[in-house]
Amino acid sequence: MSSPNSSVVRDPAKSFQDMILCLHDFWSAKGCLVLQPYDMRMGAGTFHPATTLRALGPEPWNAAFVQPCRRPTDGRYGENPNRLQHYYQYQVILKPSPPQIQEWYLDSLKVIGIDPLKHDIRFVEDDWESPTLGAWGLGWEVWCDGMEVTQFTYFQQMGGFDCKPVAGELTYGLERLAMYIQGVDNVYDLAFNTQGVSYGDVFLENERQMSTWNFEVADTDALFDLFRKASAECRLCLEKGLPIPAYEQAIEASHVFNLLQARGVISVQERASYMAQVRDLARGSCEAYMAKYSVQWAAAYPEWVA
Amino acid sequence: MTDFLLELRSEEIPARMQAGARTDLERLFREQMKAAGVEHGDVSVWSTPRRLALIAKAMPERTEAVSEEAKGPPEGAPDQAVDGFCNKNGVTRDQLEVRDVKGRPTYFAVKNIPGRDVKDVLAEAIPAIIRAFPWPKSMRWGDASISTESLRWVRPLSGIVAILGEDLVECEVHGVASGFATLGHRFHHPGEITIGGSDDYIEKLRACHVIVDHEERQGMVRQQAETAASAAGLNLVADEGLVIENAGLTEWPVPLLGRFDESYLDVPPEVIQLTARTNQKYFVCNDAAGKLANAFICTANITADDPAVIVDGNRKVLAARLSDARFFWEVDQKTKLAEHAKKLERITFHEKLGTVADKVQRIAKLARWLAEEGVVPGADPDMTEMAALLCKADLVTEMVGEFPELQGLMGGYYARAEGLPDAVADAIRDHYKPVGQGDDVPTAPVTVAVSLADKLDTLVGFFLIGEFPTGSKDPFALRRATLAIIALSASCHNLRLQKAISISVGTHLGEEIVADEFRQHFIIYACDFEWTEKLIAEARNIAENLSGQLAATRANWFYGLAKIPEFFADRLKVQQKEAGVRHDLIDAVFALGGEDDLVRLLARVKALQSFMETGDGTNLLAGYKRAANILKKEGFEGTDRIARTGEEDPLSLVDDPDVGSIVAERGKGGDYEREPAEQALVDALDKAEPAANAAIEDENFGSAMAALASLRVPIDTFFDDVTVNDENRMKRTARLALLARFVAAVHKVADFSRIEG
Repeated sequence: MSSPNSSVVRDPAKSFQDMILCLHDFWSAKGCLVLQPYDMRMGAGTFHPATTLRALGPEPWNAAFVQPCRRPTDGRYGENPNRLQHYYQYQVILKPSPPQIQEWYLDSLKVIGIDPLKHDIRFVEDDWESPTLGAWGLGWEVWCDGMEVTQFTYFQQMGGFDCKPVAGELTYGLERLAMYIQGVDNVYDLAFNTQGVSYGDVFLENERQMSTWNFEVADTDALFDLFRKASAECRLCLEKGLPIPAYEQAIEASHVFNLLQARGVISVQERASYMAQVRDLARGSCEAYMAKYSVQWAAAYPEWVA
Repeated sequence: MTDFLLELRSEEIPARMQAGARTDLERLFREQMKAAGVEHGDVSVWSTPRRLALIAKAMPERTEAVSEEAKGPPEGAPDQAVDGFCNKNGVTRDQLEVRDVKGRPTYFAVKNIPGRDVKDVLAEAIPAIIRAFPWPKSMRWGDASISTESLRWVRPLSGIVAILGEDLVECEVHGVASGFATLGHRFHHPGEITIGGSDDYIEKLRACHVIVDHEERQGMVRQQAETAASAAGLNLVADEGLVIENAGLTEWPVPLLGRFDESYLDVPPEVIQLTARTNQKYFVCNDAAGKLANAFICTANITADDPAVIVDGNRKVLAARLSDARFFWEVDQKTKLAEHAKKLERITFHEKLGTVADKVQRIAKLARWLAEEGVVPGADPDMTEMAALLCKADLVTEMVGEFPELQGLMGGYYARAEGLPDAVADAIRDHYKPVGQGDDVPTAPVTVAVSLADKLDTLVGFFLIGEFPTGSKDPFALRRATLAIIALSASCHNLRLQKAISISVGTHLGEEIVADEFRQHFIIYACDFEWTEKLIAEARNIAENLSGQLAATRANWFYGLAKIPEFFADRLKVQQKEAGVRHDLIDAVFALGGEDDLVRLLARVKALQSFMETGDGTNLLAGYKRAANILKKEGFEGTDRIARTGEEDPLSLVDDPDVGSIVAERGKGGDYEREPAEQALVDALDKAEPAANAAIEDENFGSAMAALASLRVPIDTFFDDVTVNDENRMKRTARLALLARFVAAVHKVADFSRIEG
């Protein structure tokens, strides 16, 4: 594939940001909206409403975006070369899933400098399930020389609803890919740009402080309170027929739960109950979203049934 | 006659599903052809990650025309009946034939089903096969998935090649139309290839870097991995599961050897192997001394110009994994097992059976009892209790959290690392064993005691709460636990089930109701091995006389417990049969009843098995049967007849040791001259009976059998020389009594009436 912006000289092997820009160019040329990250804390790109909510309903939807992900329990105070409590995922969502989705994906790897005749690319069974989102799909983890670089999923259900039609979701682990492409063993050594700024310059101190806060400082009473308030707010929104703000509160509750986990204040027994609460909020939001648009969708897509 | 090729192309099919898919493809194809009346030759099926292929030999071009006829009502039957017959057979009245049936003109419907082109049959069969395909997990995709009725397949179905001879079989499923074109290797040959037919299919794909035959790929993985290992002076650790998986992940397998940092070898070899295997599907190698080497073998799907690049990538991934494993290994050792064990309070074993910590306490008590009572000879009670208290501690370690299959093993390593005695470390390591048939059965005394206690606790616990295995459902693996108990009993001095189970029941019912009279009562019942009937009667009694939740719970305890002996006996029979023991011999020993010592029970079965393989055994059996038949024929078998005549039954108390001598005296008969053979049998019994009894007392069943063997010649001679049915009633009665004595003597060792032959 020729780059649509061939006048711009971009070498994905030289920097983290160039790699992202290459992916943007590529997926933009494939007809994807290039969205910006959602301005909330979340554990995975799949939580972005552009994925979760847009996976519902019959309307075509093609989007690509970077989503910062926060996984408080994965924090290692900046001392582990592979693990971070804050990192980036590159998300592509294609609905309905196009027949050439695998080929496009492989082309995107070539664009960022991975030649499948030099590197061993494999699609290894990995079914995806998110109990919190009431979602599941079948697909693969894509291996590059034994390293998982992408999660590739055909969504079958979201929020407990069958996906009609099915969306294909690609989630690239950006730091991993960049480390691979740049030949770097420590994430903090990654070149963020080509002017000498490293990933560590940008994020090392962030990782140290956030790890300390996540594990040691965060006020757990305040967090429990936040969880309750987000749940209540979500329910209020659902009563008022506002699925999008309701879903935002579900995202909030989910992240606060993750923080409580990192603080080690949720017992094994309680854990299941908290997860069920988050799931109910997310499902409720999806249900409300479906309810709000079903009539309109059914009118526009006669072959679609709620 | 011609051959048929079918290829169903798909996005990457999970490796673990391919074998099942091959079987299903062949089965569905055969079913379709059979239903359509197509006779064909051999069928071969293959799979790669991206395709399922089938070749059927010697297909006809057309199916045979078939004529079917149905007999209808006689001529002159009511119109209604005739019309009904016509409708049923899809013919009109004027098409009916009239034939003579036993002198009556009768209607016949003759249907001629014309032959069909097999190509047409296949065009219908292929979509039917695809739609009926039973994938373990399937999905929808693409535009059509706007409806949930759209086709489901393991991953998107992307192409169909269907060629009969040289002709395309035209069909379409879910927008995928059949054609001559397929795809070669995803990267080595991205373009389309045109297939001519079944003859060139395999070779054309091979030329395009696809080995269609999964067995050939498996062979390549196996052999090239071995070659790579030996080229490095190492030995491949064979792993057929990995061979199959890697062959299922590649169309062009290329095993490559890499090295990881030697310092990781500090981590236990099992951990390294499991990390490499589970997470990365790599083989590992041993050095010449048989120790794990710092090498791995990954299987690439391409022939790269510079394979070192691929190897290096894989090395980095493995290094990250091993670095995690080493981190777990080091962190886990900072805490003693006894400290880890405290965290077991947080893990629920079963909602009705408490936490794992509760289970550990029960196991420790039971294991200690097994050691103290000498059930497991040589097991030091203190060490046994220590091992039992620590045996589950590794469940909360980081390493076992990451690799649950390392439970036990890691506990053993950690125990040794903190300087616990080897016997304790070994017991922690091996107490899950034997896990299944063919698994090693522990023999180290402390291990045996802990393992037995663990399994008995599980068995008794689940039966108490009414979780019995039913049919194919055995979610708590109680059958396996029972078989393990039986296998472990080989290292026991004795294993009185009723006693062991009653101790276990005591630990289950817990300290909090120790003062409860009911508990005392219950344990007394549990100790009294009239088990089944009494327990069930007691359960009824409670259910009828108490009300409320407590009564129901208690009644259920009894019901549950009552089921254990039968369950155990059934497992024992299964186990013995699988060990090659004749089922009738098992029955012959089981039928004696009253024996709950597993060790003695099995020893007796074993001795009987050996005895019945000898001529003495078979002849004695013949003598026994003859004697029993005569007694039966003469009605000399129970108390009824004798009671009716008012005579005392000389045999009614034959099993009572106090009256044994009296009975023997009686058996000698009255004041007539015994015939020599008769006297010889009496003499032989006089010797054999005490010898057999003493041998049984000593648990020397071989000697007991030998004592019985001494009866063989006398009983044979007795039957040859002596007429039992003598005219003299006194002689007759005496001789019948003698036979009864003989039967009873034999019966003490085993119930010979259950033995076939």
